[in-house]
Amino acid sequence: MALIELKHVVGGYGGAPILNGVDIAIEQSDIGVIVGPNGAGKSTTLKAIFGLLKVMGGTITFAGEEITNSLPDRLVPKGLSFVPQEKNVFTSMTVEENLEMGAFTRTDDFSDTMGWVYQMFPILREKRRQPAGELSGGQRQMVAMGRALMSKPRLLMLDEPSAGLSPRYVIEIFETIVKINGEGVGILMVEQNARQALAFASRGFVLANGQNRFTGTGQELIADPEVARSFLGG
Amino acid sequence: MDELIFFINRVLISGTVLGSIYALGAIGITLIFGILRFAHFAHGDMMTMGAFIAFVLAGVLASAGIVTPLPTGVVVLPVAMVLAAIIALGIDKSFYAPLRQRGARPVTLLIASIGVTLMIQGVIRLIFGSGTRSFFADETKDIFRIDMSWAGAQRPISVTEPQVIMFVVTALLVVALHLFLTRSRLGKAMRAMADNADLAQVSGINTALVVRVTWVIAGSLACVAGTMLALDVALMPDLAFNIVLPIFAAAIVGGLGHAYGAIVGGFLIAFAETLAVFNWTAVLRPLNAVLPEGMALPPNLSLVPTEYKLTVAFIILVITLLARPTGIFKGAST
Ligand SMILES: Nc1ncnc2c1ncn2[C@@H]1O[C@H](COP(=O)(O)OP(=O)(O)OP(=O)(O)O)[C@@H](O)[C@H]1O
Ligand SMILES: [Mg+2]
Repeated sequence: MALIELKHVVGGYGGAPILNGVDIAIEQSDIGVIVGPNGAGKSTTLKAIFGLLKVMGGTITFAGEEITNSLPDRLVPKGLSFVPQEKNVFTSMTVEENLEMGAFTRTDDFSDTMGWVYQMFPILREKRRQPAGELSGGQRQMVAMGRALMSKPRLLMLDEPSAGLSPRYVIEIFETIVKINGEGVGILMVEQNARQALAFASRGFVLANGQNRFTGTGQELIADPEVARSFLGG
Repeated sequence: MDELIFFINRVLISGTVLGSIYALGAIGITLIFGILRFAHFAHGDMMTMGAFIAFVLAGVLASAGIVTPLPTGVVVLPVAMVLAAIIALGIDKSFYAPLRQRGARPVTLLIASIGVTLMIQGVIRLIFGSGTRSFFADETKDIFRIDMSWAGAQRPISVTEPQVIMFVVTALLVVALHLFLTRSRLGKAMRAMADNADLAQVSGINTALVVRVTWVIAGSLACVAGTMLALDVALMPDLAFNIVLPIFAAAIVGGLGHAYGAIVGGFLIAFAETLAVFNWTAVLRPLNAVLPEGMALPPNLSLVPTEYKLTVAFIILVITLLARPTGIFKGAST
């Protein structure tokens, strides 16, 4: 059974729909990567899953349970987590407080999860008493991912985690994503560094105009001459 | 020496009293702005309302023949705070929440809160009339006089019992608020939502709960501030409406959305006001002895006449907005 499944999802921000029937399905063992031109509706797809905009048609199921139009405070306890592209840390709060906010929905002891996050991002342990707003872009991205991991998600959704990062950090973030996936967390991410991301994706989705254009394994998409020509810059 | 005592009584004590009241009011305004992003104009009237709730409860206590060592207005305060918090929640649910749900802009909410101002004042006048009342009609207001004759002063330092209680209560509430915001899960969630409401929602924070907590804190602190003001001066339907502007100035000067800023801003505005209307001749009078023949200090030497006290808050506000628009602490205002 798919961990997350979107069936012909239609949705938008009140006006004309932005998503005109998006289909996505991934397993918990998968790294799913959504690529596509600017304005294709990639971010909108993630927001639709997370209840941040109105889904007008189609269904979204998570682990067999329909979650269409559920709000984050219901979704996070079910095992979904989302790292938005921008403004994804609480700048006035310390790194540790940011992580604590990720665990808001948990009532159990989350110190072991925090230890796990610090193990994943050792630099955050060093900086844990610093306001997140004082960190570099790459470190902020780690705080954002750490925050999202604090709820112990089964599915981690990331919107352009490598945006604005130096090449060295891009590789580091991608490696960490693969590592997180290796620890049993399903990944669904949007990426502009399409070729690089599809290289480690077990599932790839090319979106254009709010619709699927191509779907396959990452390698299949990279190998497809039409995908390469139209969406991966040759 | 007497001049110094006069200064202590008129500036230090009065300024601290006023500062406590401004600070408690401004904390509510700043928290509401941080969480709900609108200027809650009716906050002064929530203070007045809180004072009237305490007044009624004190009356109930008195008519039951219960005599307490502390002023009854203080004894009933915890219950009054609870009632004020419940009413604040009710006001939000009936007036502001429906507007928020329709995605109303901050200015719409501001205008709605002006409506709430008129409504609260109307209800108070309907029930209590427009006259002035006192908490101390049937009990005496104790005044502590600290004898300073050992220092060669004839005047004592004098401070009333409600004033002393107010210092203690304000200090306790500020410490409690600090611990809440920095130690508790909900307090941190409140800061998170003020920092970045969208991300707070995405993190699964129960934002509706945070909004309710905000009203509980703002409403109960407003009740304390209003009651303290009424205990210090008198109780009337426009009690706090008259000081809502300096309170807003305090919140803005401190940095909107920033609780500690509101406290600093409250004391800053209060001391600026007290110092500005203080008659410096009273302190400088000894200079008359050394001034040349024919020159004497004028009988009244204050920077601002008392009736123009409000302008002080405005001047500080304008300077802040020109020089440092985000306030002393970096607030959410732009
Ligand atoms: N909050 C919003 N309200 C209204 N329209 C929006 C909103 N956010 C995005 N849109 C519109 O929806 C469309 C798809 O936007 P989306 O952000 O999903 O694109 P994207 O595929 O993520 O592109 P990019 O690569 O630029 O991030 C765009 O036309 C955009 O203008
Ligand atoms: Mg996007």
